[in-house]
Amino acid sequence: MTPFTTWTAVAAPLLRDNVDTDAIIPSREIKSVGKTGLEDGLFAGWRYTQIGGREPDPGFVLNQPAYSDAQFLLSGTNFGCGSSREHAAWALADYGFRAVVAPSFNPIFQGNCVRNGIVPVVQPAGVVAQLADEAPDPMTIDLVACKIRASSGATWSFEIGEEARHMLLKGLDAIALTLLRRAEIDTFLAGDRRRRPWIYPGATA
Amino acid sequence: MAKTLFDKIWEAHRIADLGDGAALIAIDRVLLHERTGGVALQSLESAGYSVLAPERAFATMDHVVDTRPGRTDETLMPTGKNFIVATREAARKAGMTMFDIGDPRQGIVHIISPEQGIIQPGSTLVCPDSHTCSQGALGGLAWGIGSSEAEHALATGTLRIQKPGTMRITVSGQLARGVTAKDLALYILEQIGAAGSRGLVVEYAGTAIAALDIDQRLTLCNMATELGAFTAIIAPDDTTFAYLEGRPFSPQGALWTQAVEAGRALSSDVDACFDREWSMDASDVAPMITWGTSPQQAMRLGAPVPRTGASTRDTPEAVVRALDYMGLKPEQEIVGLKIDAAFIGSCTNSRVSDLRRVAEILRGKHVAPHVRAICVPGSSQVRLAAEAEGLDQVFLDAGFEWREAGCSMCFYAGGESFGPQERVISSTNRNFESRQGPGTRTHLASPETVAASAIAGQIVSPAHSEPTP
Repeated sequence: MTPFTTWTAVAAPLLRDNVDTDAIIPSREIKSVGKTGLEDGLFAGWRYTQIGGREPDPGFVLNQPAYSDAQFLLSGTNFGCGSSREHAAWALADYGFRAVVAPSFNPIFQGNCVRNGIVPVVQPAGVVAQLADEAPDPMTIDLVACKIRASSGATWSFEIGEEARHMLLKGLDAIALTLLRRAEIDTFLAGDRRRRPWIYPGATA
Repeated sequence: MAKTLFDKIWEAHRIADLGDGAALIAIDRVLLHERTGGVALQSLESAGYSVLAPERAFATMDHVVDTRPGRTDETLMPTGKNFIVATREAARKAGMTMFDIGDPRQGIVHIISPEQGIIQPGSTLVCPDSHTCSQGALGGLAWGIGSSEAEHALATGTLRIQKPGTMRITVSGQLARGVTAKDLALYILEQIGAAGSRGLVVEYAGTAIAALDIDQRLTLCNMATELGAFTAIIAPDDTTFAYLEGRPFSPQGALWTQAVEAGRALSSDVDACFDREWSMDASDVAPMITWGTSPQQAMRLGAPVPRTGASTRDTPEAVVRALDYMGLKPEQEIVGLKIDAAFIGSCTNSRVSDLRRVAEILRGKHVAPHVRAICVPGSSQVRLAAEAEGLDQVFLDAGFEWREAGCSMCFYAGGESFGPQERVISSTNRNFESRQGPGTRTHLASPETVAASAIAGQIVSPAHSEPTP
C-alpha cells in the first residue's frame, strides 16, 4: 500500500448526500475475481451516457477537462453507504483517488478506504462547499499535521483515528502488524477455550 | 461500572489494547460468500498467509449464483462462474466448511447462519457483507466488513477495530396486527435517517422487540446497516435459546447448557449508559413503503410522496432527483401506482415464516396479468420446508416464479435484473438507483404489501387483500 503523507491534487466536487457503493461501482461492473481493473466501473451509472456503455456523459464531474486529473473527491454526508463491497474503494484507488473529503462516511467504507491507502477526511458540509468553490484549483491534504489546505491558503484541521492514520502514513500491511502479536493471540485463545468451550468446535465441557 | 450488552461482548473478546480506543478483538466466526470469498482467500494465499481456524470459517454460494430452477455454475453474467469456482476451490483448499450449490444447507449467508446455529449469543462473527448485522438478532456481535478485513480475520483470528459507540432504540408497546418488523425498520429509517445510527452498535430493546419471533428480529436487525450502524444486537432470551437449541452447529449436550447459562448473563445492566438513546411506541407504526432512492425516503402506505422542500432530511435537490428517478410527481398518491414486478426474497424477508404469510394472501388468487412476480427463498432449507408444506404450489398457482435460494434480484450480481423504468415492489432492503436493474424503480415494503400489490397490479395496502377464509 502506498504511504500517504502530504499530497496536493485537484478535488472533484460530487456534492450529493448518501452516495452509496452501488453508485460508486455498480454490481454489473464487478466482472473479475480480483481487486484491480475496476477503474472503468467507477461511478459507471453516472459517468456514461448509457448503462453498460462507455461514452462519457459530459455533465458528470469526472468527465469535465478541469477535473480529469482529480485525485481527491469532495462529497456529501454518509458517503459510501450501502453494500460493504470493497470494490468501491478498489475502484476509487484504481482510478487514482487518494482521499475523499465528506461530512461523514459509512463505517465499513471508511475502513475499506484506510486498508487501500485512501484517506477519508471528515469536514463539515460548509468546509466541503468552500473547497468545492475553490476547485479545480489544487488543494493539499497533510496527514502528518492532519490539515487540509485550500489553494487560497485557508486551512482546516481534521481528525482521524490514530490507528488509521498510522496505517495510512506508513502504508502498513495490517495482517503482518497483527501477526507480530501471535503469541498474545495464542495465549488469549488458550484461555478462551477454557472460558467459552462451546464456541470451539470439537471442545468438550 | 454498569455495562451494556455490547461492552460485555467486547471485553470478552479483547486481546490487546492498540491505543486511542482501538483494540485487537478475537473473531469467533468468519463467513464468506462467492462474491468476495474467492478474492479474499486467493489474496491471502498469494501474500503467504493461511487461514488460522478453518473449523470456525464457513462459505456459501449466494451473491452471484443463479436462482433459476435447474441451475449449474453458469450465470447470466458471463464471468459469474469464475467467482463460484474460485471460491469453491479456495474454500476447499483452506479446509473450511462450504455450503455449495446442491447442498441442502446452501443459501443467503445471513439466513443460513442462524438456521445452522453458526451465530451464537455472545459470539463475534464477521462477513464481508453489510447485512451481517442481521445476525445480531441472536444476541451475537455480528458485523459487516470489507474484503481486506475478512483476510485479516481469516489470517489472524482477530480484527483491529476502533471501539464503536452505542445507541439503544427502545420500542415500547406492541406492533398492531398486520404491521411487521419490516414496517418497523422502515419507520425507524424514516424517523432517524440513513445515517441515524452511523458507526454505532444499536441495541434494540423494549416490549415490542421482546415480542418479536427470531425471524422478525432478523428482519429488523437486517436493516440496521441502512441506518449506518456498526451493527445491531438484541439481548438473547428464551426465544433465542429455543430457536438455536439443536441446530447443526449449535453446541450440544453439556456445552449447550453452559452456553445458555452464559447467554443469560448477556444483557445490558439496568443502569448502563448508551451514547445515544431513542425511543418510540410500536403503535405509531403502520404499513410502510419507500418512495425514493434511499431507504430513509420511506412513508406510511397511503400518504402522498413529499413535495420538494417538505422533507426535513433530504435537500430539495435530493428530493427532486429521487422523484425524477422514480417517475413520481411531488405530492402524488403512491397507493394505486401501477407496478411491473413484485419480488419476494433477500436476507431481509425470505424465511419460511415470510413465505407462509405471503402464501395466505396469495392462496386462491392470481397476480395481475401485467405483473412479473418472483419468489426466491432465502435458503435451500427454506425452499424445502416451504415445498413440504405445499407453499411452492400456492406461489406457482398465483403466477409467481418459484426459485432456487440466493440473493438473486435484490441486486444483480449474477446478471439477472429488472428493466429500465420498471416499477418493482420488493421485500428487499435497498432502493438505491439501479440496484435491482439499470434504471429500475424499487419500492421497499413488507412481504405482505408486496403480495397484495402483486395481486392488485398496483401498490395497495396489505389490508386490502383479505386472506381467503
